[in-house]
Amino acid sequence: MNLLAIIKVAARALGRNKLRTALTMLGIIIGVGAVIVLVSIGQGAQAMVLDQISSMGTNMMYVMPGNMMFGGAALGAGAAATLTDDDVNAMEREVPTIAAVSPVVNASGQLVFGNQNWFVRIQGTNEKFPEIRTWKVEQGDFFTDADVRSAARVIVLGKTVAEKLFPGVDPIGETIRVRNLPFRVVGVLAAKGQSMVGQDQDDTAVIPYTTAQRKLLGQQIPSINQAMVSAVSQQASSVTQRQITELLRQRHKIAPGESDDFMVRNMTDAAQTFTQLTTIMTLLLGSIAAISLVVGGIGIMNIMLVSVTERTREIGIRMAVGARPNYVRLQFLTESLVLSLMGGLIGVLIGGGIAALVSRILGWPTLVSALSVLISFAFATVIGIFFGYYPAHKAAALDPIEALRYE
Amino acid sequence: MSSRIETVSREAPRNAAQDIVILLERIHKVYRMGDIEVHALRGVSLEINRGEFVAIMGPSGSGKSTMMNIIGCLDRPTKGQYFLEGVDVSTVDKAGLADIRNKSVGFVFQSFNLVPRTSALENVELPLVYAGVGSSERVRRARAALTEVGLSDREKNMPNQLSGGQQQRVALARALVNNPSLILADEPTGALDTRTSVEVMEIFQRLNSERRLTIVVVTHEPDIAQYAKRIIQFRDGRIHRDIPVENRKDASEVLQQLPVEDDEDEE
Repeated sequence: MNLLAIIKVAARALGRNKLRTALTMLGIIIGVGAVIVLVSIGQGAQAMVLDQISSMGTNMMYVMPGNMMFGGAALGAGAAATLTDDDVNAMEREVPTIAAVSPVVNASGQLVFGNQNWFVRIQGTNEKFPEIRTWKVEQGDFFTDADVRSAARVIVLGKTVAEKLFPGVDPIGETIRVRNLPFRVVGVLAAKGQSMVGQDQDDTAVIPYTTAQRKLLGQQIPSINQAMVSAVSQQASSVTQRQITELLRQRHKIAPGESDDFMVRNMTDAAQTFTQLTTIMTLLLGSIAAISLVVGGIGIMNIMLVSVTERTREIGIRMAVGARPNYVRLQFLTESLVLSLMGGLIGVLIGGGIAALVSRILGWPTLVSALSVLISFAFATVIGIFFGYYPAHKAAALDPIEALRYE
Repeated sequence: MSSRIETVSREAPRNAAQDIVILLERIHKVYRMGDIEVHALRGVSLEINRGEFVAIMGPSGSGKSTMMNIIGCLDRPTKGQYFLEGVDVSTVDKAGLADIRNKSVGFVFQSFNLVPRTSALENVELPLVYAGVGSSERVRRARAALTEVGLSDREKNMPNQLSGGQQQRVALARALVNNPSLILADEPTGALDTRTSVEVMEIFQRLNSERRLTIVVVTHEPDIAQYAKRIIQFRDGRIHRDIPVENRKDASEVLQQLPVEDDEDEE
């Protein structure tokens, strides 16, 4: 029938008892608001984690030399120096889905410039480091292919290191000493912030891996700690991982059935794990909040039942002048829906406001997504219909004669 | 069948079938109260033609209220058939009965039964809302109906801002607004003082003579029944007497003889 008329009557009926309407709505407001706030915290955490993972390069994976069995004892990942430069070259040559690959040689040492010094974790890589790690160079340039081939003593500093060693000074072109060897600073990396585990990623320095092997570590037989690989795309990364595994098994002559002597760690997998974790957290928070929404729904049902009883005579009049039972049902359902939807709307607004406050005051990342708004709204609607149905049905089932006689 | 022939109205000619508004055939109504069965109606047959003005009388428990509920399509007979304007309504479901009440029956109650905190105009509009009439047309027709009962200046008033007589006239406008086949009034003057009662009966008489509206009034007041053209008396669930009114009262004449009281609700 006339939907506008129904909504008008519902609005007026609710407007008659403003305090009661407001209190009933409050249940839904709190429920929806709680869902919005808690889910936004969960999703904010998730977004932050994903952001960090993608800042490491989601297409990226590490190949680590693997477990070595020594007299029955598993020595753990990285125990064996089973990964070589040749393996890295072979990967680049033979795995078509690899976009870039670089050996990684880990070192550390005291960096000295003038009267400043700083102890730092040094990574030896090739010139593809910025591409693989999706890490921009802020000042100067990254070292080149030629630097790698010639094992040049050049260094690119992380932002934190640059600030510690060169407070207020342009570091480009300056010479610093690393383990007493002079290195020329060619570039400074852009700030990247904390890693997922809270480590300052900018507290680092990068040099050509050849330089690390020969000059810094003085290795007789050059070895690498790991290789970092970036696949052409995130979708390709599982293919890349498989192809690397096949290639290395072949190169390392591992018989079928034997375990790998290396490990490929996929960032996408890590991202998935973290996403799962935060999704569970979000669901948990959301469902706790949803309980209060259900409680709000019971409040609606309670008030609607009272309202049906109070307005029994009015229902009788409406039926006498030709309201079908369905129309009466629709009328009361609309009332409970208006209650829950208005409550939902206010709840979304208040929840959004609180989420903004939480990120402002507590510094937690929050994210009010369209989906969470949509879901909590849909939930409020379902609650309105579910808890409104029984009272509405009761109203529709009234006998007009009895209802007209009701005092 | 025979009883129906006996109760056929003596006023309207029976030639045209469409002139029969109400046709009841051996209507029974049995209420079950726990283990006891109460026979409210025991085979009532009745015919009311268009343009009749019938008063239904009888002591309480005689079945007249049950009769009125069935005629008004608020209730269904346990047995027997009821034709309203030729349509068998004794087997129609609840939603169908609501539609019939909406289109064919205008109710007036003893206690007015206006929707509270809703203006006179909106109360009159109510049947049109359920008939699916558009809002501008609703307002136009509701205003016309209010004018007909002399309340065009009170359309914005809420029921609690109106006197009893005015409320009953709003209820009358509401009963009229959807052009029903019959107006069914249940003790319409039961809550009104003498003068207001006559005023309401005056409107009934006017509608009956000018618009040929069929009117059925349930009352226990003999002098109110005297405004009708025909009196049907119920006793023990049966029609006891069915007689034309002699010396019918004219409400407009009676009104002129009544003194106008100071605290009258008119302006």
